[in-house]
Amino acid sequence: MTDTPTPLPPMIELRHVAKSFGTKPVLRDVHMSIPRGTSMVIIGGSGTGKSVTLKCVLGLIEPDAGQIFVDGHDMHEGDRDAFLARFGMLFQGGALFDSLPVWQNVAFRLLRGALRRPKREAREIAIEKLRRVGLTPDVADAFPAELSGGMQKRVGLARAIAADPEIIFFDEPTTGLDPIMAGVINDLIREIVTEMGATAMTITHDMSSVRAIADDVAMLHDGVIKWTGPVAEMDRAADPYLQQFIHGRAEGPIEAVR
Amino acid sequence: MSLATPLALIGRTVLRVLAAIGRVAIFAGAAISHLVRPPFYAREFLNALLQIGWLSLPVVGLTAVFTGGALALQIYSGGARFNAEAVVPQIVAIGMVRELGPVLVGLMIAARVTSSIAAEIATMKVTEQIDALVTLSTHPMKYLVAPRLLAALIVVPLLVAVGDVIGIFGGYFVATGSLGFNPAAYLENTVDFLEPLDIVSSLVKGCAFGGIAALMGCYYGMQSGRGAQGVGRATKGSVEAAAVLILAANFLLTGVFFSI
Ligand SMILES: Nc1ncnc2c1ncn2[C@@H]1O[C@H](COP(=O)(O)OP(=O)(O)OP(=O)(O)O)[C@@H](O)[C@H]1O
Ligand SMILES: [Mg+2]
Repeated sequence: MTDTPTPLPPMIELRHVAKSFGTKPVLRDVHMSIPRGTSMVIIGGSGTGKSVTLKCVLGLIEPDAGQIFVDGHDMHEGDRDAFLARFGMLFQGGALFDSLPVWQNVAFRLLRGALRRPKREAREIAIEKLRRVGLTPDVADAFPAELSGGMQKRVGLARAIAADPEIIFFDEPTTGLDPIMAGVINDLIREIVTEMGATAMTITHDMSSVRAIADDVAMLHDGVIKWTGPVAEMDRAADPYLQQFIHGRAEGPIEAVR
Repeated sequence: MSLATPLALIGRTVLRVLAAIGRVAIFAGAAISHLVRPPFYAREFLNALLQIGWLSLPVVGLTAVFTGGALALQIYSGGARFNAEAVVPQIVAIGMVRELGPVLVGLMIAARVTSSIAAEIATMKVTEQIDALVTLSTHPMKYLVAPRLLAALIVVPLLVAVGDVIGIFGGYFVATGSLGFNPAAYLENTVDFLEPLDIVSSLVKGCAFGGIAALMGCYYGMQSGRGAQGVGRATKGSVEAAAVLILAANFLLTGVFFSI
């Protein structure tokens, strides 16, 4: 009969996750642990499997091996709808539904299923979320194809946060945005984590974004996490792969042609 | 070795075809199971009705009217060889209702609807919109496939009925306009000759062809490979499969109705 409180399990934990496409191994043995209410940033070269990692956690891609735990439970346990309802995801390419106007994209979750609410209210929430990503209400009735690439990305971001999820994945949230807008989005992501207590996992190539968003950083290379630790330790770390990456040097252990 | 290679080729092809049939059957089963379980996306369904049904009317009408007209001419010239020109109304009616109406409408739907469903869903797959649907707790089978399948099952028989009627009138206009048939007698002969089973067979075929057309579009779309090439392949494959399956199903169904 001990009453020592059991520490809360990490919000997301990956153990020995591996995934190949055909004969090409992408993830070989990925370990990662993201404490609740913190922001993890994944960095790594193009094509190293960062997006694949996020999709594995969401169950969009089935790993060949390994286990993924969300809030202490294996992701295959329990009801899939309830599982997905905890997540928001910004896709690298936006993935907006081009048959629906912008506000219905943002409010998609609020217009159907368990979180359904009246249309007027859903629209108001959508417009509020659009404002938070720096878009004016007049884009609400436009169709995604009518927007610029950066605007589409921000609509995708608004959709990811629309239902106030506990866990949010951002796949390159600031790619294709001007520096000021990138700053706005970095602040927004930070705010969602610190004020709303969400757990975030962000992929980015932008080192200023890493410093603005991250509590922890993980570097994916060659199918494994080469380095992981608090963002403050990133610059002091001795790992040559990490140093080459964060300083953007062409010379180093990571080959430029991969 | 020299003998085994062609055998292995045949074996592999047979296995591939069987595997494909299995996958399509599993897909069809999943689609139907999603059709009968809530939630039901009414807006998607109404939109599919509009796309598959209403907007197909022009092409169906034009196909039917020209085919009916040509049929009347052929039957007249063929019948004239043994003094049987008078059978034009009866044969046009049977030909249109039992065979040409359903088959032509089915093929037009394969060209018009299957291709557009496949291209749309494949594009959604390629641009990760299907993944996005899943993350927004919406099942793609339920949101994309079930409404289209249900709409096709309901509306293609109606299109076939419309095609039958227009085809008969195509024959009627040619027969009364240039072959010297009496208008009232032509229609009377048509109505007297058609039996309820003819009409039932026409509608059942329409329903089957509609189901095939929608399922093939959805299946190929969902299986699409990556990139623009993937979308192109999916679209081409869906139309080929739908057209061949519609013609095969027509043969089988005609056999079934023949034996009744
Ligand atoms: N569905 C798929 N089928 C086949 N191969 C895939 C699939 N998804 C990803 N890959 C392959 O997996 C590898 C990793 O892809 P991923 O999209 O995760 O890269 P990434 O790290 O996100 O790169 P980037 O920074 O350029 O977005 C790539 O080589 C890609 O070709
Ligand atoms: Mg990526």
